[in-house]
Amino acid sequence: MANVDISWQIGGPQGSGVETAANIFSRVCARAGYQVFGKREFYSNIKGEHSYFTVRVSDKKIHSNVNDVTVMVAFDAETIFRHADELVSGGAIIYDSDIENIETKDVHTLDAYFRSRLHKYLDTKKKNYTVSGLLDLIKENGVNLYPVSFRGILDGLAKDTNNPKLKGMIRMFNVLGVSISLGLLHMSSKQLFESIELIFGKKQKIAEINKQLANYAYNYATAKFPNFKHSLAEISKQSDTILIQGHQGTAFGKMICGCRFQAYYPITPASDESVFLESHEILEINEDRPGSTVVIQTEDEISAIGMTIGSALTGTRSSTSTSGPGFSLMSESLGWAGINEVPVVITLYQRSGPSTGLPTRHGQEDLMFAINAGHGEFPKIVYASGDIEESFYDTSKCFNFSDIFQVPVIHMMDKFLASSVVTCKRLDPTKLKIERGKLLDKIDTNDYKRFAHTEDGISPRSKLGLENGIFWNTGDESDEFGHITEDPVVRLQMMDKRLSRFSQILKDIPKEDQVVSSGTQEYTIVSWGSTKGPILDAIDMLKKENINVGFLQIKLLYPFPTDLVKSFLKNVKTIIDIEANATGQLGLLLKQNLGREIDHHVLKYTGRAMTCTEIYDSIKKILANKEQKKVILTHGA
Amino acid sequence: MVLKLSDYKTEVHNDWCPGCGDFGIVNAIQMALAEMNIPKHKAAIFSGIGCSGKTSHFINTYGVHTLHGRVLTFAQGAKIANPEMTIVAAGGDGDGLGIGAGHFVAAGRRNVDLTYIIFDNGVYGLTKGQASPTLKLGEKTKSLPTPNTNYNVNPIGLAVASGFTFVARGYSYDVRHLKDLIIAAINHKGLAFLDVLQPCPTYNDINTRDWYAGTEPTDDSAIQTHARLYKLEDTGYDPVVHYSEEAELNEKLSQALIKSLEWGDKIPLGIFYKNEIITEYGRRLADKIPNYLENPPVMQKISSNGKPITDISKLLDSLQV
Ligand SMILES: Cc1ncc(C[n+]2csc(CCOP(=O)(O)OP(=O)(O)O)c2C)c(N)n1
Ligand code: SF4
Ligand SMILES: [Mg+2]
Repeated sequence: MANVDISWQIGGPQGSGVETAANIFSRVCARAGYQVFGKREFYSNIKGEHSYFTVRVSDKKIHSNVNDVTVMVAFDAETIFRHADELVSGGAIIYDSDIENIETKDVHTLDAYFRSRLHKYLDTKKKNYTVSGLLDLIKENGVNLYPVSFRGILDGLAKDTNNPKLKGMIRMFNVLGVSISLGLLHMSSKQLFESIELIFGKKQKIAEINKQLANYAYNYATAKFPNFKHSLAEISKQSDTILIQGHQGTAFGKMICGCRFQAYYPITPASDESVFLESHEILEINEDRPGSTVVIQTEDEISAIGMTIGSALTGTRSSTSTSGPGFSLMSESLGWAGINEVPVVITLYQRSGPSTGLPTRHGQEDLMFAINAGHGEFPKIVYASGDIEESFYDTSKCFNFSDIFQVPVIHMMDKFLASSVVTCKRLDPTKLKIERGKLLDKIDTNDYKRFAHTEDGISPRSKLGLENGIFWNTGDESDEFGHITEDPVVRLQMMDKRLSRFSQILKDIPKEDQVVSSGTQEYTIVSWGSTKGPILDAIDMLKKENINVGFLQIKLLYPFPTDLVKSFLKNVKTIIDIEANATGQLGLLLKQNLGREIDHHVLKYTGRAMTCTEIYDSIKKILANKEQKKVILTHGA
Repeated sequence: MVLKLSDYKTEVHNDWCPGCGDFGIVNAIQMALAEMNIPKHKAAIFSGIGCSGKTSHFINTYGVHTLHGRVLTFAQGAKIANPEMTIVAAGGDGDGLGIGAGHFVAAGRRNVDLTYIIFDNGVYGLTKGQASPTLKLGEKTKSLPTPNTNYNVNPIGLAVASGFTFVARGYSYDVRHLKDLIIAAINHKGLAFLDVLQPCPTYNDINTRDWYAGTEPTDDSAIQTHARLYKLEDTGYDPVVHYSEEAELNEKLSQALIKSLEWGDKIPLGIFYKNEIITEYGRRLADKIPNYLENPPVMQKISSNGKPITDISKLLDSLQV
């Protein structure tokens, strides 16, 4: 069987189990041997607002979502109103037949802006403002409709099992929807039951009822809808595949690299990582007693970074994790860590701003802010990961950089990464090294100076509690002991000592960790962070049409690897900058550091992540029309 | 090795104004450390920003002069990572009760085992005498253009209400008594708060040394008597919560609050409240991480020959498809 590449989507009110359904679906597909790329979109709300999950499934490696949806599950009207037009011809919608007559005005979570756009659209198509209006329309576009009475199924099961309680269990609509989808897609039911068991885990009773329902719904679908043309048969599974969620990459990275202290204040999309760390706070250590990650929920982000620095001063690998609003609060302390040469790692899960912005939506808007955070001039590292798998290895590298160069490191992540669920190769901790730089375990002499001038500008580092290692820290300028000074000569020496770190960093971080090139071409994309996935997939799509586009993923963003990037771009005629922000921040950096203008920008700032389809389309547009200087992407509800 | 008082002093030039109450507090901290014979490398003084913030540079232990208002955050992080350290946090009243007030309250709830000393001078010394949170409503110290328009915060009351488990007040010119309070605070298992009345001769012309002495400025001989100040321990006051009973706890809390309201002619010094029944934060951590106290973050081995030794294979197994 060749070339499976389908996209499945489920929508529903927040709190209705959309995520669980998507988890089951993703797991089933992954266990059946497929590669999976799933992404969750949700409102800043707990119950009631619309959320949806899109899972792309393929027999080849995939890195992103596409625009088109092949199979959609809708157990509420809003999902149909918002997403029906994403379905492709030949695709399918499984929906609750009880909602056909619902009008747009009945759905109070359908905001006025969207409603009026939808009405205009329906007017042009001469359809009425109901679920059936939209269903008619997509049917005309070649989408197959699969009405299922969700309540009818529950009733049927209640009767079959002689358990009238099941009738009202509309909370199980999610599992019902997945099961019908899998039946429709000719997937074997074995994986379905196993996945339900895994996901409901310890709640044996709930797992049992859900399995009964899954069985019933699955059989219903296979009997009633046997002819759907897309199919997901089991294929040979690649060994060593895991299904991992966005926040787990950095969390596992922290566990492995020996981060033993994390302080945080709750914020989307960063806190999942901290909660995960705390849920697994006790760690198994090879040939030693158990270790632990102490996770502290603080009163605010100022406290989170303060505690992190305090802990780092004891020699403990320490970090905090936050998003834009929290990072804003941390910036004064960042400078303190800078002037005192304290290694701390700040994992920055970006979301869209400014201010609270779109609190649960995606953005890569904080690059310039991260680079410039904190007043005054001091060394730091800003480093960005392109996907979840990378983020695991990068976390470890960030801690090494931080220890070696004795600087704060800002590890850039974002909402797109955080709310993705993907298959990837099992993470391999044996690939990692732990390098702690000039951290001392013992000092024999009694003339220790924390900020002693050395040949390479980096001083041996003591830690609180070490005998003979007493030092002072201060946010004021200080001498080699760490005592306050305002002497102009010492000031100059100390500034130069700290700032010499920039060239050290560029010299000592391996080139392949600074910039990743997938080959440069006449047209070459430059980007950073999570755009990597959709860019790689778009490049693949273009390759099939014999269009070759290059790609430079810049991971080290500060200090900027000017010479390295310059050498890569030497023969590149046209640079296309792709970023999830409105001002093209990486483009600005390129201009600032290389003196080179960006030829074309592809930007997205709707708060929704890019799909590979969008990037593919925009590159085609640019190739067709050189005057197309800027393409703004807008896909996604 | 027995350490001398001089071992705890640095040679850093002290630039406080002559007659500043801060000198007495630094002396008392050094005397307490010496009396307790705490190895220098096992102690760390964290400080905030202000005149008082310079304290850490004058003491020959680890010294961490942090940011304005943030001293408790740094100090707690260090103590949690390395529970073996004796940690004293010090800072101004503006630092701890103004810009840092949120951390003050949160720290009380956590009850990390450290000592926090506020240098209570009623003014923002280092920024030239603006009103601090402890200055009374309507008072006008000499560099205020107009009388203070804010009601004052009650540091002792706030500490009691926030969950600090040791709450006391000292006076910077009664160094021996202050030293004893610091020792008691350090020995206390939990978060100890010391409100130290600290005359600022440069900017606070209301709560001066003479005012505390209850004398006319010229009457030199009376200065040592501190007539306005009295010691709770001299009155048979029992600050300690002895039993795990709500009634007793409430009684001890309310008596501390009532005492905290005394001001003017009779100002109490000494221990207002002490409760070792409420568990200290490290013990709370040990409840969920059983070997936290023996194997805290700072003790943990994380690598062997440069390779990680943490085993996450079980977690990865659970993600395996
Ligand atoms: C964020 C920030 N805002 C303002 C200041 C300026 N500043 C320095 S010291 C100080 C007040 C100090 O008063 P207090 O904490 O009472 O200490 P004191 O000097 O009286 O000992 C202020 C506002 C600063 N350092 N940082
Ligand atoms: S201004 Fe006041 S508090 Fe500051 S050093 Fe001078 S006397 Fe002391
Ligand atoms: Mg003050």
